[in-house]
Amino acid sequence: MVIRDFLKRVSSSKLGVCGLVTFLLCVLVALFAPVLAPYDPMMKHYDAANRLEKLKPPSERHWLGTTILGRDVFSQLIWGVRPALIIGLCTALGTIVIGVNIGLISGYYGGWLDNLLMRITDIFMAVPFLPFIIVILSLTGKSIWTITLAMMIILWRSTARVIRAQVLTLRQRPFVDAARISGAGNLKIIYREIAPNIMPIALVNVAFNLAWAIITEASIGFLGFGDPEVLSWGTIIYQAFASEMSYKAWWWVVPPGAAIMILVTAVYFIGRAYEEMINPRLKSW
Amino acid sequence: MGKYIVKRVLFMILTFYVLATLMFFLFRMLPGDPTMTVISAALNPKAQEEMKRQFGLDKPVHEQYLVYLKNIALVDFGYSFQHTRKVSDMISGRMLNTVLLILPSMIAAYALGIFLGAWIAWKRGGKLEIGTVIASTAFQSAPVFWLGMLAIFVFSVHLDIFPIGHIVSPGSHHGKSPLAVYFSLDFLHHLALPFIVNTLYNLCFPLLLMRSSMLETFGEDFIELCKLKGLRERRIIYKHAMRNSFLPIATTIPLILGWAVAGSVVIETVFSWPGLGLLMVEAVQRSDYPVVQACFLLIAVLTILGNFAADLLYGILDPRVVYD
Repeated sequence: MVIRDFLKRVSSSKLGVCGLVTFLLCVLVALFAPVLAPYDPMMKHYDAANRLEKLKPPSERHWLGTTILGRDVFSQLIWGVRPALIIGLCTALGTIVIGVNIGLISGYYGGWLDNLLMRITDIFMAVPFLPFIIVILSLTGKSIWTITLAMMIILWRSTARVIRAQVLTLRQRPFVDAARISGAGNLKIIYREIAPNIMPIALVNVAFNLAWAIITEASIGFLGFGDPEVLSWGTIIYQAFASEMSYKAWWWVVPPGAAIMILVTAVYFIGRAYEEMINPRLKSW
Repeated sequence: MGKYIVKRVLFMILTFYVLATLMFFLFRMLPGDPTMTVISAALNPKAQEEMKRQFGLDKPVHEQYLVYLKNIALVDFGYSFQHTRKVSDMISGRMLNTVLLILPSMIAAYALGIFLGAWIAWKRGGKLEIGTVIASTAFQSAPVFWLGMLAIFVFSVHLDIFPIGHIVSPGSHHGKSPLAVYFSLDFLHHLALPFIVNTLYNLCFPLLLMRSSMLETFGEDFIELCKLKGLRERRIIYKHAMRNSFLPIATTIPLILGWAVAGSVVIETVFSWPGLGLLMVEAVQRSDYPVVQACFLLIAVLTILGNFAADLLYGILDPRVVYD
């Protein structure tokens, strides 16, 4: 129900439709990566004379050229959609669950509990995001799950604030009083009466957190802290940068960055289209 | 106001204390034992004991914790694992480099973003607006390190306008004072490219937000009144609408500033900029934990001070804010 309403609203804007189509295409690429990728992304290619085909510019055999180890960049690009989407979506959903619950409890109960939760949120606001994740990863080891978890611990903070502000106004509305008079308990009021009303804002935040998570995951990969078992777009750029070939082999660097840009732009368009629909005053075209 | 500032400063200290404590326990609780990187298991037990004593690791945890807090208060971060140099010596100057890279570009990004956003909102409905919205969304969605690499590729490698990374040319001398470097043309030349990339990247967020905030303001009655009064278009935008639309953007400054400071690890890596972020990345790769810890805490200090400044600024901008 929420999903259908979401899709209906997003597709009423042109940019929203563009975003949705692009995003779905990325999902399809992720699902069919083994079929779509022409080669194994880790396979080293040799030419007829058995020489390593390293740093070859785009050609018919290798649409986006090869890396310094003679690997096919196009195949790496295709496989890179998977970690971006998996880490991004898991992080976004996790942060929403944490952020929405803290926002609901803080905004509804008010008083010392609200004060305590918001001061904790303030402290999290002061945590430098990327440096914190790097510290965590250097201590726990690098895997896509530790990356997801480390991002989740921090990213809920702005969602919690936004949701709380919304709950503060909802709490004053007559339907909350009506529910209380008819004997509903606090938890029932929070999750049955108030929560459905903040769903639209929560969904907008899912989109924005997803965008941040994808960019952050790429940054982690670029700094060399990506999961060594998984080839993500950030890691591809890191390998080019670390081998000091990034300013010679443009075909190795440009495509993964462009892929991140396209996917994240799509996510932003979806989020904004939806935001404009739930707040029609923003609408301009 | 005075009472508010005192309260806010106390909270800043509490925040820093919590983060420092978090760092202390993270390094001692999480599985990867940092001491293993310096104290090799191959050493004979006596030598291991001796090294532990040097780093104060032979004492019980609560004593270590108190020593740790005392040292932070004295800005003494101990010795680096790798160079047996004092961490505070390695770090001095780094903080200023980071601030000089981040702060000017954040100010430029917000100033430009706000005016461009206001202007585009006023011109709404045209191709210009759609074009700007698409372009700035795309720019904001690109990873900043990748934009930096493209900028170096185009402007440094091919066009040879800017140097490739670093803060000054190797082997250059800038007088005796350590601060003289920052007043040299060479420094500005090196700063230019990362500054431009960082500014353009950070400009998109305030621009897009200002646009939607302005669109909301244009729907308000007082704008209609201004039009009816026959005020000039420019006056309505810049005097009446912009002031009211700016407040929601001002609340985002701490968040974006926090992102930018944290993002220094990435942008400094691309441009080999000798700031805290680059030092931290290098230290983590070498498992040099005292340096990592110090860098993290100083980046946190920058974030906390940035938030504080932004809060004060907000109070000045919006006289309706009540300090209690």
